Amino acid sequence: MATTPQTLFEKIWNRHQVRPETSETPAVLYIDLHLVHEVTSPQAFTELRQRGLTVRRPGQTIATMDHSTPTTPRNAQGIIPVLDNQAQAQLTQLESNCRDFGIPLFALGSENQGIVHVIGPEQGLTQPGMTIVCGDSHTSTHGAFGALAFGIGTSEVGHVLATQCLLQSRPKTMEIRINGRLSKGVGAKDIILAIIAKIGVGGGTGYVLEYTGEAIRALSMEERMTVCNMSIEGGARAGLIAPDETTYEYIKNRPRAPQGAGWDAAVADWQTLVSDEGAVYDAVVELHADELAPMITYGTNPGMGIPITGHVPTADDMTDDSARAGLAKALAYMDLEPGQSLIGKKVDVVFIGSCTNSRISDLRLAAQVMQDRKVASGVRMMVVPGSQQVKKQAEAEGLDEIFKLAGAEWREAGCSMCIAMNGDQLKPGQYAVSTSNRNFEGRQGKGGRTFLASPLTAAATAIAGVICDPREILG
Amino acid sequence: MNKFIPYTARYAVLPMENVDTDQIIPARFLKTTDKVGLGDNLFSDWRYDSNGQPKPEFLLNKPFAKGVEVLVAGTNFGCGSSREHAPWALQGFGFKAVLSTYFADIFQNNSLKNGLLPIVISPETYQLLVASDAPNPGQATLSVDLASQMVTLPDGSTMWFPIEPFAKYCVLNGVDQLGFLANADSDISAYEQTHTTRVDTVGL
Repeated sequence: MATTPQTLFEKIWNRHQVRPETSETPAVLYIDLHLVHEVTSPQAFTELRQRGLTVRRPGQTIATMDHSTPTTPRNAQGIIPVLDNQAQAQLTQLESNCRDFGIPLFALGSENQGIVHVIGPEQGLTQPGMTIVCGDSHTSTHGAFGALAFGIGTSEVGHVLATQCLLQSRPKTMEIRINGRLSKGVGAKDIILAIIAKIGVGGGTGYVLEYTGEAIRALSMEERMTVCNMSIEGGARAGLIAPDETTYEYIKNRPRAPQGAGWDAAVADWQTLVSDEGAVYDAVVELHADELAPMITYGTNPGMGIPITGHVPTADDMTDDSARAGLAKALAYMDLEPGQSLIGKKVDVVFIGSCTNSRISDLRLAAQVMQDRKVASGVRMMVVPGSQQVKKQAEAEGLDEIFKLAGAEWREAGCSMCIAMNGDQLKPGQYAVSTSNRNFEGRQGKGGRTFLASPLTAAATAIAGVICDPREILG
Repeated sequence: MNKFIPYTARYAVLPMENVDTDQIIPARFLKTTDKVGLGDNLFSDWRYDSNGQPKPEFLLNKPFAKGVEVLVAGTNFGCGSSREHAPWALQGFGFKAVLSTYFADIFQNNSLKNGLLPIVISPETYQLLVASDAPNPGQATLSVDLASQMVTLPDGSTMWFPIEPFAKYCVLNGVDQLGFLANADSDISAYEQTHTTRVDTVGL
């Protein structure tokens, strides 16, 4: 029987419809995995208690502590002290909520704790074809495995806890095809910053992105996660990459991956999760990897990005008055001049971490640059592993020693200075090169100024003390 | 959530594009475990100086901002994080609706769950609202009727706005979506009988 070619998104969507969309009601979409953290869940649990509801599928739910947790060193008892009473109250509440509702929890400092989007893949919980949600917009990260994964609000966290379902209208699809191969010193972070610079921060609104093409196929799983992670910064709730041998290899033998005969059945199923030949997307965008350089942002949203060798735009580069006003406001906040180069700009802080770039391969890249070098005087460099497991692995490889010898801070796992709600933050007026995902005003601390870039660019900048093209250091 | 009642209200204009949720409510205020009090910190970094004193030049600190119930803002309002604290903060201040040419997806969803109406307007309507406000800021009024999906503009003209039928039904009747989902229980159970979920977090 001839069937209509389907995109990967359509295949996953169709599998998870408990009830299809009608003209009157959205689809009831089944959720395979729900990730929970301390900041966006308390009010949802309160709602459940008020209504006398239980958690429908605790075994499809996992909680961790990451956003408001300190990343400061452990005390003599091996405990990470929480000095902020409000954060402590939030963490205590997550503990009691998980206990009362039977949800497994990776508590602060425990061996599997970490950033919610690092631990899912690490444990083998994130698998192709799944629907995955979390009260966090960077849930799009898990799309790297060919899972439909997106961020939800707290009301919807309550919906999923209680019913394992969400009411959803079907989004449109956009193919983002990256042809060719990346050149040396250019990586996944540069790809996604270039995409967002091209489509704009609202360009993906209403769409699920599917990243395809030779350059995407060549990426490792962790690099694919970096790309999918920032789909939301282009306005798209989800980004997908079809699974392949790279995906299976990454998942195999992880603690919660399918085992034995279950593994073979899973792989056979995952192999069907590709967009069919001739499948139609609602929109298509193309980029050429060969033309990409290391990227850096100059402004106050992630779409304000340029090649590191380029110049800050001027009013003449903008298409309308509103965009000109936006540029002027951003440059005033950043205290930068139109048309200037960013190379050589002095920075105060370098942050390596966040759900975008805190995995072992990110730390290896940074360590490769830092080895036998020193952080420039006057620069504070923080390296924050994405999880306790990443931290353990990095220490086994001696990466922590490379960072510490260079003069960087080696810290406990968490979101840290990406969201600046745990005490790790910029001071007003400070400049940071950050491997995180948002350069909004005040995002990394009130009055702080953020340049988003790759781990290579961040590490090279830490050594130079000024914004630096990593290709200069890599040689 | 209360039933929607049509209203006429004064509006305030925030003529900026891409207002992100970190501006609406900075992350440091997300350490709360309930929804109350967030309105005091709405647009905190734009609204208060480093000593916590209101900046007189910011929109919401102007005398006319007291009692204003509608916010008109530039395109792509609410981009960034999934924090539902953003609509809670807007409602906490007293806003019932936000009008923009474009809303970020998650913000729009979160707002509708709480009865805060994200009303999509054309660029021309946006310009009209900005122009009507300019001579006497915060004094022009508009009316919102959800049943007919109409906004009456300061010049008396009316404009239809789109809203998803189910969200409209919920906001209009003060019904929340969790009740609807809970009623789908038998369908969910039937689905679970045949659906393969290869995940088990218990015992991790």
